[in-house]
Amino acid sequence: MAIETEINPEASVHSDEGRFGRYGGRFVSETLIGPLEELTAAYAQAKQDPQFHAEVERELSSFVGRPTPLYFAQRLTANSAGAKIYLKREDLAHTGAHKINNTVGQAVLAARMGKRRIIAETGAGQHGVATATVAARLGLECVVYMGADDVQRQAANVYRMRLLGAEVRPVEGGTRTLKDALNEAMRDWVTNIDDTFYIIGTVAGPHPYPTLVRDLQRVIGIEAREQICAAEGELPAAVVACVGGGSNAIGIFHPFLDDRGVELYGVEAGGEGLGSGRHAAPLNAGRPGVLHGSRSYLMESAEGQIIGTHSISAGLDYPGVGPEHAYLKDIGRANYVTIDDDEAIAAFHRLCRCEGIMPALESSHAIAYAEQLAARLSPQQSIVVSLSGRGDKDIATVAAQEGIEL
Amino acid sequence: MSRISERFQTCREAGRAALIPYITGGDPSPQQTVEIMHGLVAGGADIIEIGVPFSDPMADGPVIQAACLRALQAGTSVQDLFAAVREFRRQDTQTPVVFMGYANTLEAIGYKSYVEQAAAAGVDGLLTVDLPPDEAGELTGIAAEAGVELIYLVAPNTSEQRLEYISKAAGGFIYAVALKGVTGAANLDTDLVAGQVAAIRNASQLPVAVGFGVRDPQGAAAVARVADGVVVGSALVQMIADYGTAPDLAQRLQDAAAALRRGMDAATQSGGNA
Ligand SMILES: Cc1ncc(COP(=O)(O)O)c(C=O)c1O
Repeated sequence: MAIETEINPEASVHSDEGRFGRYGGRFVSETLIGPLEELTAAYAQAKQDPQFHAEVERELSSFVGRPTPLYFAQRLTANSAGAKIYLKREDLAHTGAHKINNTVGQAVLAARMGKRRIIAETGAGQHGVATATVAARLGLECVVYMGADDVQRQAANVYRMRLLGAEVRPVEGGTRTLKDALNEAMRDWVTNIDDTFYIIGTVAGPHPYPTLVRDLQRVIGIEAREQICAAEGELPAAVVACVGGGSNAIGIFHPFLDDRGVELYGVEAGGEGLGSGRHAAPLNAGRPGVLHGSRSYLMESAEGQIIGTHSISAGLDYPGVGPEHAYLKDIGRANYVTIDDDEAIAAFHRLCRCEGIMPALESSHAIAYAEQLAARLSPQQSIVVSLSGRGDKDIATVAAQEGIEL
Repeated sequence: MSRISERFQTCREAGRAALIPYITGGDPSPQQTVEIMHGLVAGGADIIEIGVPFSDPMADGPVIQAACLRALQAGTSVQDLFAAVREFRRQDTQTPVVFMGYANTLEAIGYKSYVEQAAAAGVDGLLTVDLPPDEAGELTGIAAEAGVELIYLVAPNTSEQRLEYISKAAGGFIYAVALKGVTGAANLDTDLVAGQVAAIRNASQLPVAVGFGVRDPQGAAAVARVADGVVVGSALVQMIADYGTAPDLAQRLQDAAAALRRGMDAATQSGGNA
């Protein structure tokens, strides 16, 4: 298949072929082609099967606790003196983040495929915890790869995973963060493909993962769209979500894609500022390339070496991004912006004080941008923000910022 | 005829399998690469595979991962590797050179520019681990025009149907991955390899080289009995890790290649290359 160099703005953004314009694809070594074809076929079949949907829905309502509420953040709104800010409360989902939606769905698929062993990669630990949780729920063996630096900064989540019966393998190679955990999980998968299901935690990776994970996370946007329409009697002016790999963002964006009046904002980690080079904002400061099985925007050197990223939030500390976001950026359907570490921390504190909600540092990026955006809009308008996870896991990081040792 | 086909034909006529050592280019430093290449040829290498170091070598095990890191820390660029091949070609116009690496290097430099520079330097083939034929559309025409062959992997779990598909796209030789896993992984199952090679021969006229898991003269000998070529990577790269600063590094690699060569030749002369 030739690379499409022309971007067609009319082309469907609902690609099922694993390609989003020139992005996506299946850039993997030959050994993984078979298992990816097998997974694609199994998912295509499951999608046609009402039983699969019923089972996922049952898990989502009885185990995950869906639907999650849409919460009107009245005091935060007053504080920014602009559009009404609504929070989609993924922090109230079981295990405390949106990651569980995807994990439950993939685990049901794994069980259908007869796989007994689950592997995953994790950055902040939220996807690892979600995976360890569903593995325990279904009685499956579970191994989680995590960058050695992330193991340190997310010690509480590491312990949670171990309590849930998962084996956490610290990854010492590379930059010791999420991208290296992904490399290592791929190595495990290629070695153990016969009995192992790899639950990828975001909308990255080779086809079918970006579509599979997006489909499973769409529940966020489907609920949010209904809830905001019920609350406001109309669609919101904007939807805002943080973007690491981009799964919570695509999940909340996707059901709004055809609502052309709704602006979509993905917030990347500005780290210490785009000028500093220490950030994790490939859509803002990177260029297209191939990593982890698909073509998308990347942070890389002129010669194509992947460069180290930085973010105060481990879950955004990734040099790539899901290919569908690359496409949405190029066709101009979604806007990608950045919020730096300090702004995210400040938003973290404001949400704690104003609303009694402690957001994940990842989500704090979305909150910070939503506040800025709200101030530019009118009080009649509304904004829906994905509060992708709760901040308990981050309190040591926040305390350290203030020189407090817990 | 291309340098790669010519070499396989020479080997076939001589009744031996091709020895294909792999080293990561620029490991331990770009300056040492040419000397090591000549050493490998002196030891009996038929084709040389140069790994293009990548920051995220997902299909490689710890030994080659570490080599990529050493090469990058030594400042190795793709330009350095093109330069190394140009220099190698001043003395050796016969031994085929294959670049093995990852797609993002080609993406960053641009397929056309990369392939043209490689061809001009004297590179004969490209094996891009995460660029299966399904994704190689644009590259195919560019490589054909430049006379660079695209070599593809076949895995133990590659279906018959896919084998047909890969065979149509492949040039140079077919690289049979002997096991499910990453480079440097454990032990070779020679019966499995024999079956795999037979299946590939059914689908393709190209020579078949086997790699991943061949680490010593015994393993190389076993593979030489059934395949046209034997790729040895991690075992040699480990020597670079161990002796990278020793003044006689190239000589040590030459000796290692010679030992592999002797093992393979003894096997094909006694057992025949059936
Ligand atoms: C709470 C939270 N939000 C967001 C993310 C980023 O993931 P994604 O960009 O896939 O939504 C993470 C990842 O760990 C997370 O834990």
